[in-house]
Amino acid sequence: MIELQGVLKRFGSFTAVDHVDLTISEGERIVIIGPSGSGKTTLLRMINFLAKIDEGTILLDRKEVGYRRDKKGRLILEKPEVICKLRSEIGMVFQHFHLFPHMTALGNVMEGPVTVKRLPRDEARGIALDILGKVGLLDKKDVFPAFLSGGQKQRVAIARALAMKPRLMLFDEPTSALDPELVGEVFGTIKALAAEGMTMVIVTHQMGFAREMADRVIFMDNGAFIFDGPPGEVFSENMDNPRVKAFMEKVL
Amino acid sequence: MCHEILVLLPENLEANNLLAEIQATQTPELLRFIKDMRKFLPTLAKATIMTLLLVFITMVISPIGGLFIALGRISRIKVLSSFFWCYIWIFRGTPLLLQLFFIYYALPSLGITLKPFTAAVLGLGLNYSAYLAEIMRGAIESIDSGQMEAAKAIGMSYWQAMRRIIIPQTYKRLVPPVGNEFIALIKDTALVSTIAMVELMRAANQIFSATFNVYILIEAAFIYLILTSIFTVSFRKIEDRLGVYEIR
Repeated sequence: MIELQGVLKRFGSFTAVDHVDLTISEGERIVIIGPSGSGKTTLLRMINFLAKIDEGTILLDRKEVGYRRDKKGRLILEKPEVICKLRSEIGMVFQHFHLFPHMTALGNVMEGPVTVKRLPRDEARGIALDILGKVGLLDKKDVFPAFLSGGQKQRVAIARALAMKPRLMLFDEPTSALDPELVGEVFGTIKALAAEGMTMVIVTHQMGFAREMADRVIFMDNGAFIFDGPPGEVFSENMDNPRVKAFMEKVL
Repeated sequence: MCHEILVLLPENLEANNLLAEIQATQTPELLRFIKDMRKFLPTLAKATIMTLLLVFITMVISPIGGLFIALGRISRIKVLSSFFWCYIWIFRGTPLLLQLFFIYYALPSLGITLKPFTAAVLGLGLNYSAYLAEIMRGAIESIDSGQMEAAKAIGMSYWQAMRRIIIPQTYKRLVPPVGNEFIALIKDTALVSTIAMVELMRAANQIFSATFNVYILIEAAFIYLILTSIFTVSFRKIEDRLGVYEIR
Protein backbone atom coordinates (compact mmCIF):
# COMPACT_ATOMS: atom_id res chain seq x y z
CA MET A 1 0.00 0.00 0.00
CA ILE A 2 2.66 2.47 1.09
CA GLU A 3 6.29 2.19 0.20
CA LEU A 4 9.29 4.17 1.40
CA GLN A 5 12.37 3.99 -0.79
CA GLY A 6 15.77 5.24 0.32
CA VAL A 7 14.17 7.70 2.69
CA LEU A 8 16.51 10.00 4.60
CA LYS A 9 15.85 12.69 7.17
CA ARG A 10 18.37 15.07 8.67
CA PHE A 11 18.05 17.48 11.56
CA GLY A 12 20.98 19.79 10.94
CA SER A 13 24.03 17.54 10.74
CA PHE A 14 22.28 14.70 12.57
CA THR A 15 20.81 11.98 10.36
CA ALA A 16 17.63 10.82 12.08
CA VAL A 17 16.53 8.32 9.45
CA ASP A 18 19.21 6.95 7.17
CA HIS A 19 18.24 5.54 3.75
CA VAL A 20 15.38 3.37 4.89
CA ASP A 21 13.26 1.11 2.69
CA LEU A 22 9.90 0.00 4.01
CA THR A 23 6.93 -1.59 2.30
CA ILE A 24 3.65 -1.70 4.17
CA SER A 25 1.15 -4.12 2.68
CA GLU A 26 -2.61 -4.15 3.06
CA GLY A 27 -3.65 -5.65 6.41
CA GLU A 28 -0.09 -5.85 7.70
CA ARG A 29 0.70 -5.15 11.35
CA ILE A 30 4.20 -3.80 11.74
CA VAL A 31 5.71 -3.10 15.14
CA ILE A 32 8.78 -0.90 15.34
CA ILE A 33 11.02 -1.23 18.37
CA GLY A 34 14.40 0.15 19.31
CA PRO A 35 16.18 2.50 21.68
CA SER A 36 14.96 6.08 22.07
CA GLY A 37 16.40 8.50 19.56
CA SER A 38 16.72 5.77 16.96
CA GLY A 39 14.35 7.50 14.53
CA LYS A 40 11.16 5.49 15.12
CA THR A 41 8.90 8.48 15.69
CA THR A 42 10.47 10.43 12.82
CA LEU A 43 9.81 7.48 10.54
CA LEU A 44 6.12 7.46 11.52
CA ARG A 45 5.87 11.20 11.04
CA MET A 46 7.36 10.90 7.57
CA ILE A 47 4.77 8.31 6.57
CA ASN A 48 2.00 10.88 7.08
CA PHE A 49 4.06 13.86 5.91
CA LEU A 50 4.27 15.58 9.30
CA ALA A 51 8.02 15.38 8.84
CA LYS A 52 9.51 16.26 5.47
CA ILE A 53 11.97 13.81 3.95
CA ASP A 54 15.27 15.11 2.62
CA GLU A 55 15.95 12.29 0.20
CA GLY A 56 14.07 9.30 -1.14
CA THR A 57 10.61 8.52 -2.43
CA ILE A 58 7.25 7.72 -0.89
CA LEU A 59 4.83 5.68 -2.97
CA LEU A 60 1.13 5.18 -2.36
CA ASP A 61 -0.42 2.40 -4.43
CA ARG A 62 2.79 2.38 -6.50
CA LYS A 63 2.53 6.06 -7.35
CA GLU A 64 5.04 8.64 -6.13
CA VAL A 65 3.24 11.02 -3.79
CA GLY A 66 3.70 14.08 -1.64
CA TYR A 67 6.87 15.61 -3.07
CA ARG A 68 8.21 17.44 -6.06
CA ARG A 69 11.59 18.98 -6.76
CA ASP A 70 12.43 22.66 -6.80
CA LYS A 71 14.81 24.29 -9.28
CA LYS A 72 17.83 23.23 -7.27
CA GLY A 73 16.60 19.63 -7.24
CA ARG A 74 15.71 19.58 -3.56
CA LEU A 75 12.60 17.76 -2.43
CA ILE A 76 9.74 20.03 -1.41
CA LEU A 77 6.30 19.09 -0.14
CA GLU A 78 3.42 19.22 -2.60
CA LYS A 79 0.72 21.86 -2.25
CA PRO A 80 -1.10 21.78 1.10
CA GLU A 81 -4.32 20.44 -0.45
CA VAL A 82 -2.48 17.39 -1.78
CA ILE A 83 -0.77 16.75 1.55
CA CYS A 84 -4.01 17.19 3.51
CA LYS A 85 -5.75 14.68 1.27
CA LEU A 86 -2.94 12.15 1.82
CA ARG A 87 -2.94 12.71 5.59
CA SER A 88 -6.70 12.29 5.81
CA GLU A 89 -6.25 8.69 4.62
CA ILE A 90 -3.66 7.93 7.30
CA GLY A 91 -4.67 7.94 10.95
CA MET A 92 -2.17 8.87 13.63
CA VAL A 93 -2.27 8.33 17.38
CA PHE A 94 0.20 10.27 19.51
CA GLN A 95 1.98 9.41 22.72
CA HIS A 96 0.44 12.41 24.47
CA PHE A 97 -3.02 12.04 22.88
CA HIS A 98 -3.28 15.68 21.72
CA LEU A 99 -7.05 15.67 22.05
CA PHE A 100 -8.71 18.99 21.34
CA PRO A 101 -9.41 20.19 24.91
CA HIS A 102 -12.18 22.60 23.95
CA MET A 103 -14.31 19.88 22.39
CA THR A 104 -16.16 16.97 24.01
CA ALA A 105 -15.19 13.39 23.22
CA LEU A 106 -17.89 13.36 20.55
CA GLY A 107 -16.76 16.75 19.23
CA ASN A 108 -13.20 15.46 18.90
CA VAL A 109 -14.32 12.46 16.89
CA MET A 110 -16.72 14.48 14.71
CA GLU A 111 -14.17 17.17 13.92
CA GLY A 112 -12.45 15.38 11.05
CA PRO A 113 -15.58 14.30 9.21
CA VAL A 114 -17.18 17.76 9.64
CA THR A 115 -14.22 20.04 8.91
CA VAL A 116 -12.11 17.94 6.57
CA LYS A 117 -14.66 15.76 4.80
CA ARG A 118 -17.40 18.40 5.04
CA LEU A 119 -20.02 15.83 5.96
CA PRO A 120 -23.36 17.11 7.29
CA ARG A 121 -23.28 17.31 11.09
CA ASP A 122 -25.96 14.61 11.54
CA GLU A 123 -24.09 12.14 9.38
CA ALA A 124 -20.76 12.93 11.11
CA ARG A 125 -22.47 12.52 14.47
CA GLY A 126 -23.76 9.10 13.46
CA ILE A 127 -20.28 7.98 12.40
CA ALA A 128 -18.70 9.41 15.55
CA LEU A 129 -21.22 7.77 17.90
CA ASP A 130 -20.72 4.46 16.15
CA ILE A 131 -16.94 4.64 16.57
CA LEU A 132 -17.13 5.87 20.19
CA GLY A 133 -19.30 2.81 20.82
CA LYS A 134 -16.63 0.61 19.29
CA VAL A 135 -13.93 1.96 21.62
CA GLY A 136 -16.36 1.58 24.53
CA LEU A 137 -16.78 5.26 25.38
CA LEU A 138 -20.33 6.02 24.29
CA ASP A 139 -21.21 7.02 27.85
CA LYS A 140 -18.39 9.61 27.81
CA LYS A 141 -19.48 11.30 24.59
CA ASP A 142 -20.35 14.62 26.24
CA VAL A 143 -17.30 14.72 28.50
CA PHE A 144 -14.38 17.09 27.88
CA PRO A 145 -10.90 15.51 27.65
CA ALA A 146 -9.74 17.09 30.92
CA PHE A 147 -12.26 14.90 32.75
CA LEU A 148 -11.17 11.63 31.12
CA SER A 149 -8.52 9.19 32.33
CA GLY A 150 -5.37 8.71 30.25
CA GLY A 151 -6.64 5.43 28.84
CA GLN A 152 -9.98 6.99 27.92
CA LYS A 153 -8.22 9.92 26.29
CA GLN A 154 -6.13 7.63 24.14
CA ARG A 155 -9.20 5.64 23.11
CA VAL A 156 -10.94 8.87 22.09
CA ALA A 157 -7.80 9.78 20.13
CA ILE A 158 -7.98 6.42 18.35
CA ALA A 159 -11.67 7.02 17.64
CA ARG A 160 -10.84 10.49 16.28
CA ALA A 161 -8.37 8.97 13.82
CA LEU A 162 -10.77 6.16 12.87
CA ALA A 163 -13.57 8.61 12.10
CA MET A 164 -11.67 9.61 8.96
CA LYS A 165 -11.91 5.99 7.79
CA PRO A 166 -8.15 5.75 7.29
CA ARG A 167 -6.50 3.04 5.22
CA LEU A 168 -3.56 2.91 7.59
CA MET A 169 -3.17 3.66 11.29
CA LEU A 170 0.07 4.86 12.85
CA PHE A 171 0.57 4.52 16.60
CA ASP A 172 3.41 6.47 18.17
CA GLU A 173 4.05 4.90 21.58
CA PRO A 174 0.33 4.90 22.35
CA THR A 175 0.74 3.67 25.93
CA SER A 176 3.98 5.34 27.02
CA ALA A 177 2.22 8.20 28.78
CA LEU A 178 -0.23 5.95 30.60
CA ASP A 179 -0.30 4.60 34.12
CA PRO A 180 0.42 0.84 33.99
CA GLU A 181 -3.12 -0.15 34.93
CA LEU A 182 -4.53 1.80 31.97
CA VAL A 183 -2.28 0.25 29.33
CA GLY A 184 -4.50 -2.80 28.91
CA GLU A 185 -7.62 -0.96 27.78
CA VAL A 186 -5.72 0.86 25.02
CA PHE A 187 -4.08 -2.36 23.85
CA GLY A 188 -7.50 -3.98 23.89
CA THR A 189 -8.81 -1.29 21.56
CA ILE A 190 -5.84 -1.65 19.20
CA LYS A 191 -6.23 -5.44 19.18
CA ALA A 192 -9.91 -5.14 18.30
CA LEU A 193 -8.91 -2.88 15.44
CA ALA A 194 -6.34 -5.40 14.27
CA ALA A 195 -8.96 -8.12 14.34
CA GLU A 196 -10.93 -6.10 11.80
CA GLY A 197 -7.97 -6.21 9.47
CA MET A 198 -6.74 -2.63 9.86
CA THR A 199 -3.27 -2.01 8.46
CA MET A 200 -1.11 -0.55 11.20
CA VAL A 201 2.37 0.53 12.17
CA ILE A 202 3.00 0.64 15.91
CA VAL A 203 5.97 2.13 17.70
CA THR A 204 6.11 0.74 21.21
CA HIS A 205 8.34 -0.18 24.10
CA GLN A 206 5.94 -2.85 25.34
CA MET A 207 7.61 -6.06 24.17
CA GLY A 208 4.78 -8.34 25.22
CA PHE A 209 2.38 -6.32 23.12
CA ALA A 210 4.83 -6.23 20.23
CA ARG A 211 5.17 -10.00 20.24
CA GLU A 212 1.41 -10.51 20.41
CA MET A 213 0.40 -7.95 17.79
CA ALA A 214 3.07 -7.98 15.16
CA ASP A 215 3.23 -10.04 12.06
CA ARG A 216 6.46 -8.21 11.39
CA VAL A 217 8.91 -6.56 13.77
CA ILE A 218 11.39 -3.88 12.79
CA PHE A 219 14.27 -3.06 15.07
CA MET A 220 15.63 0.42 14.51
CA ASP A 221 18.91 1.86 15.71
CA ASN A 222 20.73 5.04 14.64
CA GLY A 223 18.12 5.72 11.97
CA ALA A 224 18.48 2.39 10.20
CA PHE A 225 16.69 -0.97 10.21
CA ILE A 226 18.91 -3.46 12.04
CA PHE A 227 16.34 -6.21 11.85
CA ASP A 228 13.14 -6.68 9.87
CA GLY A 229 11.36 -10.00 10.25
CA PRO A 230 8.76 -12.10 12.02
CA PRO A 231 8.31 -11.59 15.79
CA GLY A 232 9.24 -15.20 16.52
CA GLU A 233 12.76 -14.50 15.37
CA VAL A 234 13.44 -11.20 17.12
CA PHE A 235 12.23 -12.49 20.45
CA SER A 236 13.93 -15.87 20.17
CA GLU A 237 16.93 -16.98 22.18
CA ASN A 238 19.02 -17.53 19.07
CA MET A 239 18.83 -13.93 17.92
CA ASP A 240 22.27 -13.44 16.43
CA ASN A 241 22.38 -9.67 15.99
CA PRO A 242 24.36 -8.37 18.97
CA ARG A 243 22.67 -4.93 19.06
CA VAL A 244 19.18 -6.43 19.03
CA LYS A 245 20.26 -8.95 21.62
CA ALA A 246 21.71 -6.27 23.90
CA PHE A 247 18.53 -4.19 23.64
CA MET A 248 16.32 -7.19 24.34
CA GLU A 249 18.30 -8.12 27.41
CA LYS A 250 17.80 -4.60 28.71
CA VAL A 251 14.05 -4.35 28.15
CA LEU A 252 12.89 -7.88 28.88
CA MET B 1 -13.37 75.60 52.74
CA CYS B 2 -13.14 77.73 49.66
CA HIS B 3 -14.27 80.70 51.75
CA GLU B 4 -11.31 80.47 54.04
CA ILE B 5 -8.79 80.23 51.28
CA LEU B 6 -10.32 83.11 49.42
CA VAL B 7 -10.46 85.24 52.54
CA LEU B 8 -6.81 84.54 53.14
CA LEU B 9 -5.99 86.03 49.78
CA PRO B 10 -7.61 89.47 49.88
CA GLU B 11 -5.30 90.93 47.27
CA ASN B 12 -6.48 88.40 44.69
CA LEU B 13 -9.01 90.35 42.71
CA GLU B 14 -10.45 87.47 40.83
CA ALA B 15 -10.82 85.51 44.03
CA ASN B 16 -12.54 88.45 45.66
CA ASN B 17 -14.98 88.64 42.83
CA LEU B 18 -15.69 84.96 43.17
CA LEU B 19 -16.16 85.36 46.89
CA ALA B 20 -18.59 88.13 46.30
CA GLU B 21 -20.43 86.05 43.81
CA ILE B 22 -20.68 83.15 46.20
CA GLN B 23 -21.86 85.38 48.99
CA ALA B 24 -24.36 86.97 46.67
CA THR B 25 -26.04 83.70 45.92
CA GLN B 26 -26.45 83.25 49.70
CA THR B 27 -26.28 79.47 49.34
CA PRO B 28 -23.67 77.24 50.94
CA GLU B 29 -21.10 76.34 48.26
CA LEU B 30 -21.49 72.59 48.57
CA LEU B 31 -25.20 72.90 47.91
CA ARG B 32 -24.48 75.05 44.89
CA PHE B 33 -21.95 72.54 43.63
CA ILE B 34 -24.40 69.71 44.04
CA LYS B 35 -26.98 71.75 42.18
CA ASP B 36 -24.39 72.29 39.45
CA MET B 37 -23.64 68.62 39.32
CA ARG B 38 -27.30 67.82 38.86
CA LYS B 39 -27.63 70.55 36.27
CA PHE B 40 -24.73 69.24 34.19
CA LEU B 41 -25.40 65.54 34.63
CA PRO B 42 -27.41 65.29 31.36
CA THR B 43 -24.51 66.89 29.49
CA LEU B 44 -22.05 64.46 31.04
CA ALA B 45 -24.40 61.55 30.35
CA LYS B 46 -24.60 62.51 26.71
CA ALA B 47 -20.82 62.79 26.55
CA THR B 48 -20.54 59.39 28.25
CA ILE B 49 -22.55 57.89 25.41
CA MET B 50 -19.94 59.23 22.98
CA THR B 51 -17.16 57.73 25.13
CA LEU B 52 -18.97 54.38 25.12
CA LEU B 53 -19.51 54.58 21.38
CA LEU B 54 -15.78 55.10 20.85
CA VAL B 55 -15.00 52.24 23.23
CA PHE B 56 -17.39 49.81 21.54
CA ILE B 57 -16.32 50.65 18.02
CA THR B 58 -12.68 50.16 19.01
CA MET B 59 -13.62 46.91 20.76
CA VAL B 60 -15.04 45.66 17.46
CA ILE B 61 -12.28 46.93 15.18
CA SER B 62 -9.18 46.13 17.22
CA PRO B 63 -9.72 42.38 17.78
CA ILE B 64 -10.31 41.91 14.05
CA GLY B 65 -7.31 44.06 13.16
CA GLY B 66 -5.29 42.46 15.94
CA LEU B 67 -5.99 38.90 14.77
CA PHE B 68 -5.10 39.86 11.22
CA ILE B 69 -1.82 41.43 12.33
CA ALA B 70 -1.03 38.54 14.70
CA LEU B 71 -1.50 35.97 11.92
CA GLY B 72 0.69 38.13 9.69
CA ARG B 73 3.36 38.28 12.38
CA ILE B 74 3.53 34.48 12.76
CA SER B 75 3.42 33.95 9.00
CA ARG B 76 6.38 32.18 7.42
CA ILE B 77 6.27 34.72 4.59
CA LYS B 78 9.11 37.04 5.57
CA VAL B 79 7.77 40.22 3.94
CA LEU B 80 4.43 39.88 5.67
CA SER B 81 5.93 39.13 9.05
CA SER B 82 8.41 42.03 8.82
CA PHE B 83 5.72 44.45 7.69
CA PHE B 84 3.54 43.68 10.70
CA TRP B 85 6.55 43.71 13.00
CA CYS B 86 7.12 47.32 11.86
CA TYR B 87 3.46 48.17 12.32
CA ILE B 88 3.50 46.94 15.91
CA TRP B 89 6.85 48.61 16.54
CA ILE B 90 5.53 52.01 15.47
CA PHE B 91 2.10 51.89 17.08
CA ARG B 92 3.27 50.50 20.41
CA GLY B 93 6.39 52.59 20.47
CA THR B 94 4.89 56.05 20.09
CA PRO B 95 2.33 57.86 22.25
CA LEU B 96 -1.31 57.40 21.32
CA LEU B 97 -1.69 61.14 21.75
CA LEU B 98 0.91 61.74 19.06
CA GLN B 99 -0.77 59.24 16.76
CA LEU B 100 -4.10 61.01 17.20
CA PHE B 101 -2.48 64.42 16.53
CA PHE B 102 -0.83 63.02 13.44
CA ILE B 103 -4.05 61.59 12.05
CA TYR B 104 -6.09 64.69 12.78
CA TYR B 105 -3.62 67.54 12.29
CA ALA B 106 -0.88 66.15 10.00
CA LEU B 107 -2.84 64.06 7.52
CA PRO B 108 -4.70 67.10 6.12
CA SER B 109 -1.38 68.42 4.83
CA LEU B 110 -1.10 65.17 2.88
CA GLY B 111 -4.56 65.76 1.48
CA ILE B 112 -6.45 63.53 3.87
CA THR B 113 -8.85 65.48 6.05
CA LEU B 114 -10.81 63.46 8.56
CA LYS B 115 -13.70 64.39 10.81
CA PRO B 116 -12.80 64.28 14.52
CA PHE B 117 -14.92 61.15 15.04
CA THR B 118 -13.32 59.31 12.12
CA ALA B 119 -9.85 60.37 13.22
CA ALA B 120 -10.57 59.25 16.79
CA VAL B 121 -11.87 55.84 15.73
CA LEU B 122 -8.98 55.37 13.32
CA GLY B 123 -6.36 56.34 15.89
CA LEU B 124 -7.79 54.17 18.65
CA GLY B 125 -8.41 51.28 16.24
CA LEU B 126 -4.90 51.28 14.78
CA ASN B 127 -3.27 51.64 18.19
CA TYR B 128 -5.31 48.99 19.97
CA SER B 129 -4.97 46.58 17.04
CA ALA B 130 -1.21 46.68 17.56
CA TYR B 131 -1.54 45.91 21.27
CA LEU B 132 -4.11 43.15 20.77
CA ALA B 133 -2.01 41.65 17.96
CA GLU B 134 0.88 41.05 20.34
CA ILE B 135 -1.43 39.56 22.97
CA MET B 136 -3.05 37.30 20.37
CA ARG B 137 0.28 36.24 18.92
CA GLY B 138 1.44 35.27 22.40
CA ALA B 139 -1.75 33.32 23.04
CA ILE B 140 -1.55 31.46 19.72
CA GLU B 141 2.09 30.57 20.29
CA SER B 142 1.31 29.37 23.81
CA ILE B 143 -0.94 26.59 22.49
CA ASP B 144 0.88 23.23 22.55
CA SER B 145 2.35 22.45 19.12
CA GLY B 146 0.84 18.97 19.41
CA GLN B 147 -2.54 20.53 18.74
CA MET B 148 -1.48 21.70 15.28
CA GLU B 149 0.08 18.28 14.62
CA ALA B 150 -3.08 16.45 15.68
CA ALA B 151 -5.22 18.73 13.53
CA LYS B 152 -2.96 18.18 10.53
CA ALA B 153 -2.91 14.43 11.18
CA ILE B 154 -6.67 14.22 10.58
CA GLY B 155 -6.19 16.10 7.32
CA MET B 156 -6.84 19.71 8.29
CA SER B 157 -5.14 22.54 6.46
CA TYR B 158 -3.20 25.20 8.39
CA TRP B 159 -6.13 27.59 8.26
CA GLN B 160 -8.70 24.99 9.25
CA ALA B 161 -6.50 24.07 12.21
CA MET B 162 -6.12 27.74 13.15
CA ARG B 163 -9.84 28.45 12.92
CA ARG B 164 -11.19 25.28 14.51
CA ILE B 165 -8.47 24.16 16.91
CA ILE B 166 -5.85 26.77 17.78
CA ILE B 167 -7.70 30.10 17.93
CA PRO B 168 -10.69 28.79 19.95
CA GLN B 169 -8.26 27.56 22.60
CA THR B 170 -6.80 31.04 22.99
CA TYR B 171 -10.12 32.65 23.99
CA LYS B 172 -9.88 31.90 27.67
CA ARG B 173 -6.23 32.92 27.79
CA LEU B 174 -7.04 36.12 25.95
CA VAL B 175 -9.76 37.35 28.27
CA PRO B 176 -7.61 38.67 31.14
CA PRO B 177 -5.05 40.60 29.04
CA VAL B 178 -7.63 41.80 26.52
CA GLY B 179 -9.90 42.83 29.38
CA ASN B 180 -7.03 44.91 30.73
CA GLU B 181 -6.55 46.54 27.35
CA PHE B 182 -10.23 47.42 27.08
CA ILE B 183 -10.22 48.94 30.56
CA ALA B 184 -7.22 51.00 29.52
CA LEU B 185 -9.15 51.88 26.37
CA ILE B 186 -12.00 53.43 28.37
CA LYS B 187 -9.47 55.78 29.92
CA ASP B 188 -7.53 56.33 26.71
CA THR B 189 -10.63 57.65 24.96
CA ALA B 190 -10.06 60.76 27.09
CA LEU B 191 -7.12 61.53 24.79
CA VAL B 192 -9.39 62.14 21.81
CA SER B 193 -10.71 65.22 23.64
CA THR B 194 -7.58 66.87 22.24
CA ILE B 195 -8.73 66.41 18.66
CA ALA B 196 -12.05 68.23 19.06
CA MET B 197 -14.11 65.21 20.07
CA VAL B 198 -16.73 65.96 22.67
CA GLU B 199 -16.70 62.95 24.94
CA LEU B 200 -16.79 62.57 28.70
CA MET B 201 -13.39 64.11 29.42
CA ARG B 202 -13.86 67.12 27.17
CA ALA B 203 -17.40 67.73 28.39
CA ALA B 204 -16.23 67.59 31.99
CA ASN B 205 -13.34 69.89 31.19
CA GLN B 206 -15.58 72.40 29.44
CA ILE B 207 -18.00 72.54 32.34
CA PHE B 208 -15.13 72.81 34.77
CA SER B 209 -13.61 75.72 32.86
CA ALA B 210 -16.96 77.50 32.87
CA THR B 211 -17.87 76.90 36.50
CA PHE B 212 -14.63 76.05 38.36
CA ASN B 213 -16.69 73.38 40.00
CA VAL B 214 -14.17 70.70 40.96
CA TYR B 215 -16.96 68.32 41.79
CA ILE B 216 -17.68 68.04 38.07
CA LEU B 217 -14.29 66.36 37.69
CA ILE B 218 -15.13 64.03 40.55
CA GLU B 219 -18.45 63.29 38.89
CA ALA B 220 -16.63 62.44 35.64
CA ALA B 221 -14.18 60.30 37.60
CA PHE B 222 -17.12 58.38 39.06
CA ILE B 223 -18.55 57.76 35.62
CA TYR B 224 -15.18 56.42 34.43
CA LEU B 225 -14.99 54.25 37.55
CA ILE B 226 -18.47 52.83 36.97
CA LEU B 227 -17.57 51.98 33.37
CA THR B 228 -14.27 50.34 34.25
CA SER B 229 -15.92 48.41 37.11
CA ILE B 230 -18.61 47.06 34.81
CA PHE B 231 -15.87 45.93 32.42
CA THR B 232 -13.84 44.30 35.20
CA VAL B 233 -16.81 42.28 36.43
CA SER B 234 -17.95 41.35 32.92
CA PHE B 235 -14.56 40.06 31.82
CA ARG B 236 -14.28 37.99 35.01
CA LYS B 237 -17.66 36.39 34.17
CA ILE B 238 -16.68 35.76 30.56
CA GLU B 239 -13.43 34.12 31.69
CA ASP B 240 -15.30 31.77 34.01
CA ARG B 241 -17.76 30.80 31.30
CA LEU B 242 -15.04 30.08 28.72
CA GLY B 243 -13.29 27.70 31.09
CA VAL B 244 -16.07 25.09 31.28
CA TYR B 245 -13.90 22.45 29.62
CA GLU B 246 -11.13 22.76 32.18
CA ILE B 247 -10.81 21.29 35.63
CA ARG B 248 -10.95 24.12 38.15
